[in-house]
Amino acid sequence: MSNSHGGTGHFWVQRLTAIALVPLTIWFCFSLASLPQMSHANLSAWMSSPFNAALMILVIGVGLYHGKLGLQVIAEDYIADRSKRVITIGSITMICVLFGVIGIVSVLKLSFGA
Amino acid sequence: MADFKLPANSIVKKGKTFEAPEGATRTRKFEVYRFDSSNEENPSVDTYFVDLDTCGPMILDALIKIKSEIDPTLSFRRSCREGICGSCAMNIDGANTLACTMAIEDVEGDIKIYPLPHQPVVKDLVSDLDNFYKQYEAIEPWMQADKEPAGGRERLQTKEDREKLDGLYECIMCACCSTSCPSYWWNSDKYLGPAALLAAYRWIVDSRDENTEERLKALDDPFKLYRCHTIMNCATVCPKGLNPAKAIAETKKMLVQSNL
Repeated sequence: MSNSHGGTGHFWVQRLTAIALVPLTIWFCFSLASLPQMSHANLSAWMSSPFNAALMILVIGVGLYHGKLGLQVIAEDYIADRSKRVITIGSITMICVLFGVIGIVSVLKLSFGA
Repeated sequence: MADFKLPANSIVKKGKTFEAPEGATRTRKFEVYRFDSSNEENPSVDTYFVDLDTCGPMILDALIKIKSEIDPTLSFRRSCREGICGSCAMNIDGANTLACTMAIEDVEGDIKIYPLPHQPVVKDLVSDLDNFYKQYEAIEPWMQADKEPAGGRERLQTKEDREKLDGLYECIMCACCSTSCPSYWWNSDKYLGPAALLAAYRWIVDSRDENTEERLKALDDPFKLYRCHTIMNCATVCPKGLNPAKAIAETKKMLVQSNL
């Protein structure tokens, strides 16, 4: 997308991430449901597979990015004051990045058996 | 933030009641919003009992009867009385429509008539549509072509290209669609709204217009175009049966294709 500030980039990426989340969410739910027990050891063993760890990172990254885009739309809809809107969208972005980093580091730690 | 509560001076009070004339056997109750922006009083809802035996079949007929015979202070716009001019657009029975094409018998129960939602009210059912018309002007609703037409005559169009304009050119700019759109309610200062965007798309797909790219670029904005969340109120209320939401979706599709 040549113009990410124009709105078309946001619109298109929101739809792409939505489509990507359909198989990712199904995989995530089935994978967790198939674990015999939700223990640390079980999760660590499950995440030691590079395939599972990679897909888990995608679930976190794509999910949070999609969520950030959606929350931004809500802020743009309902916050009329420009500076309050910019601060809100900035905060949403920072919180999503923080959660993303925490999530991905956690996956890597589990994956490498910490 | 968006306002979810009415300000104190906008709370609607109960107004006057005008009883039906003696001997009237077939009457309907009309509750009509009254407000005068030239004084400080709160809006009110007046009640009129109209004798249907001496009234035409449409809501506009009843309004004209009320103004002519019951209460001459009632203000509303009207002109063609046949769904062409768009002047008598108002909120009837909870939905925006034209008073001239809405039959009295199609409304169940008491007939509630309000001005178009979320617009400044000048008086009673007359809303201030300045912003709405400015938005229409902003999309430059005229043909833009630098090249001279072949033979110095009119610009020709194939039948197929002409058919692309069906469902777009018929808009009468009554504002029923834009003023029924929640996105337009919250952001009408920045969002162009369904009527202006339908008109924009009408020129984007016109084979004779040469500024398609510029028109698309002008709409590529998070507020002007992308406040549309496909709520579809526009298509539901359009008294001409048009579908502005589809035109907006097509515009978004063209923008994605031209940006990829």
